Amino acid sequence: MKPFRYERASSIASACASAAGPAAKFVAGGTNLVDLMKLQIETPARLVDIGLLPLAEIEETADGGLRVGALVTNSALAADLRVRRRYPLLSRAILAGASTQLRNKATTGGNLLQRTRCPYFYDTTKPCNKRVPGSGCAALAGLNRMNAVLGVTDDCIAAHPSDMAVAMTVLDAQVETIAPGGATRTIPIDALYRAPGNTPHIETVLARGELIRSVLLPPPPPGRQVYRKVRDRASFAFALVSVAAIVAREGERVRAARVAFGGLSYKPWRSAEAEAALAGAAVTRASFDAAGVAALKDARGYGHNDFKIPLARRTLRATLADAAGIV
Amino acid sequence: MDRLLPLLSLLRRRRALRKAGVATLRLASPSVRAVTPPESASIDDQTVALTVNGRSHVLDLDTRTTLLDVLREHLALTGTKKGCDQGQCGACTVMVNGRRINSCLALAVMHAGDEIVTIEGLAQRDDLHPMQAAFVHHDGLQCGYCTPGQICSAVALLAEHEAGWPSYVTTDLATAPALTDAEIAERMSGNICRCSAYPNIVAAIRDVAEGGHT
Repeated sequence: MKPFRYERASSIASACASAAGPAAKFVAGGTNLVDLMKLQIETPARLVDIGLLPLAEIEETADGGLRVGALVTNSALAADLRVRRRYPLLSRAILAGASTQLRNKATTGGNLLQRTRCPYFYDTTKPCNKRVPGSGCAALAGLNRMNAVLGVTDDCIAAHPSDMAVAMTVLDAQVETIAPGGATRTIPIDALYRAPGNTPHIETVLARGELIRSVLLPPPPPGRQVYRKVRDRASFAFALVSVAAIVAREGERVRAARVAFGGLSYKPWRSAEAEAALAGAAVTRASFDAAGVAALKDARGYGHNDFKIPLARRTLRATLADAAGIV
Repeated sequence: MDRLLPLLSLLRRRRALRKAGVATLRLASPSVRAVTPPESASIDDQTVALTVNGRSHVLDLDTRTTLLDVLREHLALTGTKKGCDQGQCGACTVMVNGRRINSCLALAVMHAGDEIVTIEGLAQRDDLHPMQAAFVHHDGLQCGYCTPGQICSAVALLAEHEAGWPSYVTTDLATAPALTDAEIAERMSGNICRCSAYPNIVAAIRDVAEGGHT
């Protein structure tokens, strides 16, 4: 680990000011950042610990939603009874990720900002445009079975590892931030992540020193919520593919459906194509198959991860069937 | 400068050990003693006060020191084990303010003021903690390396279950789940046992959950 200066922020304003410098980083749970610092993939000169800031509450909003403070731990969010009753898919997604030890430390804001688990991002002996801009992408011709198939470029095929963020994406969550100087903004979660393009090292639209304060969950949409994760072992593994789906039925038709995938892209992948195919469609496996075809039509495999494309279609079909109650 | 770091950290560790009341060896040589970081060094020491197993400690620490290394190297509490050192195996599991965490991914400076309980803090003098007794009774170990982490994790698991926390395998999220074997296994998935003593680990935890070994 490279030496760094450590400070505990006593206010949001001072945290943002401290983190505005070029080599500064916020730290909250640290479960991802400390790991990356040990490997010298992250080398902040200054670590601004926001752990004591008053951002660990879950509050009701006037419209019937919830505002989740950035420092609410993954454990606390998944166990919150309001979340379990109104956003069960969010609770399920969080519980599908990591281990209890990690969820006890990991925070809402940190989960959104965690880095990819692409093996070549971690392997400092290999080229990686995300780790060393311009060095190339070893995953393209490498062991890429965990990598992305949608929305990526030959500069970087890393997948976003979060389960929580997939659920938040299908719930139309918004990310509330504050910048050095005090300016605040609200970013739809889908717009938080930047497409890799030829600058995969820039992963979000957040500015230097801009702090996630909270995540706003709008009131839950009508319909049954299901989160399904497919992985190499029964627990404590990153997703090969995951699906968050919300299906509202009207008789034998789908009134409205929402779909987001994990494990397929640089961000949780909301599929407008699948949602359009499902709106008004008959509640049948054939409709759900068609939605899967629409969702994956632009997908591209890179060899070892080719299997993700049919796997995503089949997982979508099964998840929609579950959400529509025709299992 | 990088080559001096091990020496500097050794010096610091000895200082910390002395402060913690642990016997240390004399410094190796005068030339080592003479090494001081230049003014421009980017190394940072910080004084950290934390409580471990009910005992207060004030330590001078390099900011890079993990909680795991503080326990093992500075406080000589070697019950907590270093397995993978990247949060995947659970051998380093300790409880911080009542919640289990991986101490390998925790910077000690971030835990100033916190109450830490390690495997050494569970027994009351010669009386094993019920979970320790149950692991012995059910033979919930083979080589034993993962066992301190397993036991700390299991103790915290019962508190989490008591608080009504759900898990990935909980069928109905709206109610507090019963602690079935499937629930125990899922909740223990952050602790790997290379010897695969899992069936007996689950049996030990179930025994304590049902009121045995109290």
